[in-house]
Formats: sequence, structure tokens, C-alpha cells
Amino acid sequence: MSSQQSNRVATIVINIMVAFVVLILIFLLGDILITGLPHVTLHLLTSPSQSFAAGGGIRDQLFNSFYLLVLTLLISFPLSLGAAIYLAEYAANNWLTSLIRTSIEVLSSLPSVVVGLFGYLLFVIQFKFGFSILSGAIALTFFNLPLLIRSIEGSLHAVPRSQHEAGISLGLSNWKTIKGIILPAALPGILTGIILSAGRVFGEAAALIYTAGESAPIVSYTNWNPLDSNSFLNPMRPAETLAVHIWKLNTEGVTPDAVSISAGASAVLVIVLLIFNLSARAIGNHLYQKGSGHK
Amino acid sequence: MENNNIFAKTHLVTPQEPPAITTDNLQVYYGDNHAMHDASLSFPEHQITALIGASGSGKSTYLRSLNRMNDDLATVKGKIMYHGIDINASDVNVYEIRRHIGMVFQLPNPFAKSIRENLTFALKAYGIKKKSELDERVETSLKEAALWDEVKDNLNRSALSLSGGQAQRLCIARSLAIKPDVLLLDEPASALDPISTAKIEATLLKLVKKYTIIIVTHNMQQASRISKYTAFFHLGHVLEFDTTSHIFQEPQVPVTRDYVLGNFG
Repeated sequence: MSSQQSNRVATIVINIMVAFVVLILIFLLGDILITGLPHVTLHLLTSPSQSFAAGGGIRDQLFNSFYLLVLTLLISFPLSLGAAIYLAEYAANNWLTSLIRTSIEVLSSLPSVVVGLFGYLLFVIQFKFGFSILSGAIALTFFNLPLLIRSIEGSLHAVPRSQHEAGISLGLSNWKTIKGIILPAALPGILTGIILSAGRVFGEAAALIYTAGESAPIVSYTNWNPLDSNSFLNPMRPAETLAVHIWKLNTEGVTPDAVSISAGASAVLVIVLLIFNLSARAIGNHLYQKGSGHK
Repeated sequence: MENNNIFAKTHLVTPQEPPAITTDNLQVYYGDNHAMHDASLSFPEHQITALIGASGSGKSTYLRSLNRMNDDLATVKGKIMYHGIDINASDVNVYEIRRHIGMVFQLPNPFAKSIRENLTFALKAYGIKKKSELDERVETSLKEAALWDEVKDNLNRSALSLSGGQAQRLCIARSLAIKPDVLLLDEPASALDPISTAKIEATLLKLVKKYTIIIVTHNMQQASRISKYTAFFHLGHVLEFDTTSHIFQEPQVPVTRDYVLGNFG
């Protein structure tokens, strides 16, 4: 075979593979949206769910998903930022650093069910947090940490070493240089990483079944005191999320309209994930252009 | 043995002018690699001194040691005397040293901030908050670096939108804004076109009235155009230090002669 021929064959094979991947994606997205979108109504989005009767909604589950996401990021972002700064800027190239890196790799490959069961034993039972948003947020933090640390560390590494030298050469301390020069330069990448990890957290179910629980108690959206048991902000209440609700409807759902609610809820979930991903790109591009002055 | 002999013959003068910085038996090690041997030089105040030599001769390593930029990378032994203080001592405040001895790098490295913020970032970190003083420093240093006329209309523009030559002059201005005394330049024009290079050289010739300048360069014409003194580095040794005209017209060391004639490097 001549080199032109082999080049042509390789190109065709690669194109077929890409087409295959794209087709799977279009089929999945299309199926979910086409089956689900007709069921996405204002009623679905604004009504509480029903256990037995038809006509339930996903209001509380949708809110719970967002609330859990916010709490998870509140816990995991500062931890990841600190760890990533350490790994990218301070860590020496020795056995301790490689042990930390390996631990992070292992953490990222843990099955989410294992994370969930671990959270159940430690936080729900041992620490007596019960099935609660807090237990769920901590379990999701375990899940989210490796992803966030790696994406933040990558963004920090992408800032050229010469920026660091410039700061140091002006008599600034290492920390001032990192805080004032490296972190702002890495911000677009960091934000993109946060939003993408948010998508993963938002869609997670298995780790939450045993930690945040499968029930969505009626809460008051006008009670802003997070210490009140019926407040929507109370972190100690159980909170079924959208992804867990979809799972429950399809395994043990007894409402007559379980299939249509599940389809609608799935469409909502996918749309939220798409919004996360697209906004991650948009915000990243916008900040990059703002920083580099190419408008 | 031949190899050892070439380091035996050296010719190092001590300039008449009062020195801004002198180094005494400066040695640099990267781990076990002895990158710089016994460099004892004296850099006169308000003069441009050029450090020349082939790649790997140790000239950049030496330059970076002068304001302790090699602290995390290498072990630097020996003395660096600046205003009667050994600034290579471990108890010296390195941040303070770098405020007096500024540095400009080979590749322009402006911060991803506005032109103004590039100049004021360090000043603010030092606690200078008054807008009038910051504005004054911005204008003065941009004028000193011959960039003011090109950027004065929009100082809030991102520094990353500047051309390579402008960005390098901004980096010079950034170093000048903190009012150093000595300016170290590590091949500042090697990534620039001839016109930008000429502008940088003209800028340096003006700056030398106020600052002591030490510049590493690969470009021998550049060294002969702008510097009063030249040091020749070879394989981690300083072989010759003299006025630039002596180095280029009547070098005393055979290796220097070979280098300035273009026989190697």
C-alpha cells in the first residue's frame, strides 16, 4: 500500500470512529429530549412529588440538587484550591508528593456506590448526621475533590513559569506572586473546571442514595432560618435529588405516571447539564479574551 | 589536560570607577554540576557591562545569582557585595535585594493585566496607595523605557495586546517603576526584531545615566555598541574582563580571541 493509500484509509477509519461516537451522543440526547420534553411543564417544575397518586412534580428534587451542589462546592472548592496550589507551586518532587498524587488518582477511581456506602457508615451512622444534605455534600466532596484538584492544578501549571519569575524579580514574595499574578491568570481555567465538576455532582445518584437519602420532605420555601427543621435551607434534612428521584421512579416508583415524570425529569437534568457545560465554555472564553485583550 | 589549561590563562581587570556590585569567588552548583567556577568581577556604577560567551558558558547562571533568582534552583557560594553588604548571605532579606536589583528576562513576560496594573502591582504590594504617586511612577517609568508615547492613550489596555518589542519595554518599565539601582538583563533583545532591538539599546544607553546595567547577550555587535565593559564566559569560567574596546580589539586570552572572531559559539 502506498503512503497516500494508507493515509486515506487511516483518515476514513478515524472519521468513522468519530461519526460513531457522535451518533451515540445524538441518539442518547435526542431520545431523552424527545421523550422527555413533552412532559416538562410548569406544573412538573413547580409541584411537589407524589408517592402514590398521579400528577406529582419535581420542585423539591430540583431545588435539592442545586442546594446540594452549592454546599458541595462550598466544602470542596477551598480544599481543592489549597491542595492544587500546594501541588502546583510548593510541592517538592519527592516520594511524599507522588504519594499524594497517587492517593488523588485512587480517590478519583473509587466507584460512587463505595463512596456512598462509606459516607453512610461514617457520616450517617457514626457521626449521627442521619440522611441529610450535609452527609450527601461530604460524600460528594470526596467525589469532587480529585476532579477539581486536577483541573485547578492544570490551570495553574498552564500559567508560564516566566510569570512567576517576573513577580519574584520585583521583590514580591512567593505567596503574593501566586495570589496576585498566577491565580488571576489561571482564573478562566479554574472557573471552567468548577462548572464542569458541578455538572458531574449534579448528575450523581449512587453516592447520594445512602447519604442524602431518598425522601423529599415537605419544606417551607419562606422559612429562611437554616436551623429550623422545616426550612428549605436546613442542611440536616434528608433531600432526594433529581438524579436519585429518576432512579427511584424507575426502580420502585408506584405512581401511575412514573414513566412520564421520569422522562420529564431526565430531560430537565440533561438540559441543566448542557447549560453547565455551555456556560463553562462561554465564561472561560470570555475571561480569556478579557485577560488577553483580544476582543 | 589540555582542557584544564585553557582556564589557567585569565585576564581580569578591576575598573577604576566605584563598583555597584562585586562578586568574590562566586560558585554555582546545580546539584553536583559545578556550573560556575570562581567568578570574581566588579561592576562599575552607571555603566553598562556586557556578559558574553557561548550557550552553556554560565553567563545567565551568573547573572541570575546576582539578585538571588537562583535561590530555589541552585547552590550559590561566595560573596556578592552590594553597598558593603554580602547579599549572598542567608540572613539577608531577598525581597529587599530584588527591589534594589531588578531583572528583565529573555522572553517578554508582562502580567495578564492592564498596562497600568503591570507597573502598579508591585508598588501596591509595597504599600504605595496614593493614586497621584502611582500615576507619577507609571508615567515616569514608561517614559524612561521609551514606551509612554505609544501607550499613554490607553493605559487600561491589556498588556498582552502589546507587540513583542513593546512588551519587553513594558517589562523594563515594570522593573524601573520600583526604582531599583541595578538592572540585570538576560538577553532582553534576543527574541525581538532589529528595529525593536535598536529601541531597547537606545533605551539602555539613556538609562545608564541613572542605573547600573548588566546585560547578558549573545550578540557581540550589541555588546560592542552599548557596553563600556565586557566579561567573557567560557564553560563556567570567567576568562576575561576588561573594557569592551579591549575585549574586541586586543583580547589577551586566546579563547576570547577565538570567540570574538567568531571561530566558535
